[in-house]
Amino acid sequence: MNHHRKLDFRNLHYAGEEGTLIPALQKVQETEGYISREKILEIHSKSGVPVPQIYGVATFYAQFRLHPVGRHIIKVCHGTACHVAAAKGISEALESALEIRTGETTKDKLFTLDTVSCLGCCSLAPVVMIDTATYGNLDPAAARKIIRQRQKAAAGAPAPRTGQS
Amino acid sequence: MKILVGLGTCGIAAGAEETYRALREKFESGALPHPVEKTGCIGMCYREPLVEVRADDGARYHYGNLTRDKIDRLLSEHVAGGKVIDEWLVWTNNGAGSEKAFLDRQNRIVLRNCGNINPESIEDYLGIGGYKALEKVLRESDPEGLIGVIVESGLRGRGGAGFLTGMKWRFTRMAQGEHKYIICNADEGDPGAFMDRSVLESDPHSVLEGMAIAGFAIGSDHGYIYVRAEYPRAIERLNIAIAQAEERGFLGEKILGTAFRFRVRLKEGAGAFVCGEETALIASIEGKRGMPRIRPPFPATKGLWGCPTSINNVETFANVPWIVLSGAKAFNSLGTQNSKGTKVFAMAGKVKRGGLVEVPMGISIQEIVEDICGGIKEGRKFKAVQMGGPSGGCIPAELQNTVIDYESINKTGAIMGSGGLVVMDETTCMVDVARFFLDFTQRESCGKCTFCRVGTKRMLEILTRITEGEGRDGDIELLEQLAVLVKNNSLCGLGQTAPNPVLTTLKYFRAEYEAHIINRKCPAHHCQKLLTYTIAEACNGCGVCGRACPAQAIAGEKKQMHVIDHSKCIQCDECYKTCRFHAIVRT
Repeated sequence: MNHHRKLDFRNLHYAGEEGTLIPALQKVQETEGYISREKILEIHSKSGVPVPQIYGVATFYAQFRLHPVGRHIIKVCHGTACHVAAAKGISEALESALEIRTGETTKDKLFTLDTVSCLGCCSLAPVVMIDTATYGNLDPAAARKIIRQRQKAAAGAPAPRTGQS
Repeated sequence: MKILVGLGTCGIAAGAEETYRALREKFESGALPHPVEKTGCIGMCYREPLVEVRADDGARYHYGNLTRDKIDRLLSEHVAGGKVIDEWLVWTNNGAGSEKAFLDRQNRIVLRNCGNINPESIEDYLGIGGYKALEKVLRESDPEGLIGVIVESGLRGRGGAGFLTGMKWRFTRMAQGEHKYIICNADEGDPGAFMDRSVLESDPHSVLEGMAIAGFAIGSDHGYIYVRAEYPRAIERLNIAIAQAEERGFLGEKILGTAFRFRVRLKEGAGAFVCGEETALIASIEGKRGMPRIRPPFPATKGLWGCPTSINNVETFANVPWIVLSGAKAFNSLGTQNSKGTKVFAMAGKVKRGGLVEVPMGISIQEIVEDICGGIKEGRKFKAVQMGGPSGGCIPAELQNTVIDYESINKTGAIMGSGGLVVMDETTCMVDVARFFLDFTQRESCGKCTFCRVGTKRMLEILTRITEGEGRDGDIELLEQLAVLVKNNSLCGLGQTAPNPVLTTLKYFRAEYEAHIINRKCPAHHCQKLLTYTIAEACNGCGVCGRACPAQAIAGEKKQMHVIDHSKCIQCDECYKTCRFHAIVRT
């Protein structure tokens, strides 16, 4: 764990001091996977932004997570087109394949299952995004297959991220 | 000759990256003598991956569903042999191809470069006249004259509200402030809309050029693009485009040798639908919770960091360079009395040809759905279109002759919005659609106004119980009452429009609500809790459904027709999903 890596606020500074808060939180999440209590305190001590305000921002936006997540984040799109194309079935299929519920992380810390409001690939509905890769025109069986492939690929890969950048 | 592969997010999801990589390998190994390049999306999402063979004489041959396994034949027959493969051909620029009805009826201004140029190459953009509009403005125009052209063109904000862009610029120009800002709203949050993503991925320089022109008009030297974090490819290409434009002197100090300076910064959104509202978006850029505030003062007088700010949408900016080069008249000769130019629609749902369609204002919904997009999939019946996302509403098939302009759409109870058009057929339950949107707005409500925060929650509860077969007498009236309260007592667009999906479905599909509440039936056979499961004669007694049933409600002898005990059935749908003989009937 590298808790003492300096957050370089100057690089994030465009105009006005407070505008740096969201990019700072994004940077933390990008490197750590989530926003820990320690990091909130660190941002506070470096920027002077009060802790409740940082916490308020971190809990307002859907992107920020306050708990550790798996190495791969699976987002099942539940936009209008995906909803009409039975995205619920995709979520259910992934829940059973991963043996977790939406919002949870698998025991091996490989996958976190989540939903997203719309990925903007509506003509390929239903759609799932794993990290930055998008999969379209799915049905429950195809979704399960992708997960099996990912699980296989992960079995041969190095250990999950533990917080290093 | 060169070969182009469409690498927008939808293309990539359909396997375009594998096609591209395989073609690149052939080129780099010398097996293919023609260059292979990336391009954006021509909007034909339903036939991705798309590959274009562009001949030296300018002829363009677009092939659809060109997965990796098809490239050998493409290379031997067309590229080497000069023989066009008709069965894969979707469009050419000389009137052939199976999908010509889709593209030939469009009028592409915003999407003019999408799928035509490499979005990661500023040379490509310059090659088709890129940054000429900025140059024209800086050399030949003054801000007032430029604003005059934009006002005259009749361009209205494409983000949804439809305010005259030129007037917004004028107000911002006239306002007093030490700094002024341009913001490009690329927080395309409406589920069902994806034109902004596609423009940013396919033609980012047009948006940057539009922003710089706006900066010159209002006297701003600083612009922000606020992009959704869910669009990683758009962010990547914008970053490339900004760096290229800075390097070539189209952004930065002393642009094109003049005194004009303009910088653009990219801000990644952090996932909040309400940030599409301009004051909430400003709060978010300032690093705060994205909560809207009372207007006035409007951002034009008091916006980002308290300075005059003009916020326009991606599609609006993409129109600007075209208007500057082609003139206000060319733009305002398209469209209707009060809605000029074209509008891009993101077609999705139960329509045959889903993708991006740019049409002149004034065309009817029917022309878009039937003529351009080929009607409904699987021969089903057209039921409604949902327009304008969570702030919009459902327009029934009976009103499909409604023309596309801001006012006509408003009259139906829906809104133009950003242009998401989700087509629904007879299997879509309208109560469930209303519930879906309320679930969305309820979650995305920032919580500032009580009526929006609590009212949407109560409305969602009522809709949920109706779809679960527990609707009560008086629920419809209660929904109507709450809808008015939420509309009238919310500060921003999110709350003021949140009840629209409920109000429009009640207006046009009231009988469907009544069927749910009174008869405990879902006419679209969608709401699971209201379905009755029976086994039809197609059953061969394989017993798979019985083993899948968690309630042990299915019984029957081996190789004999099985029966469902309705007193035990919990409507979980497992039997329906597992039966391979389509013997389970849902009514």
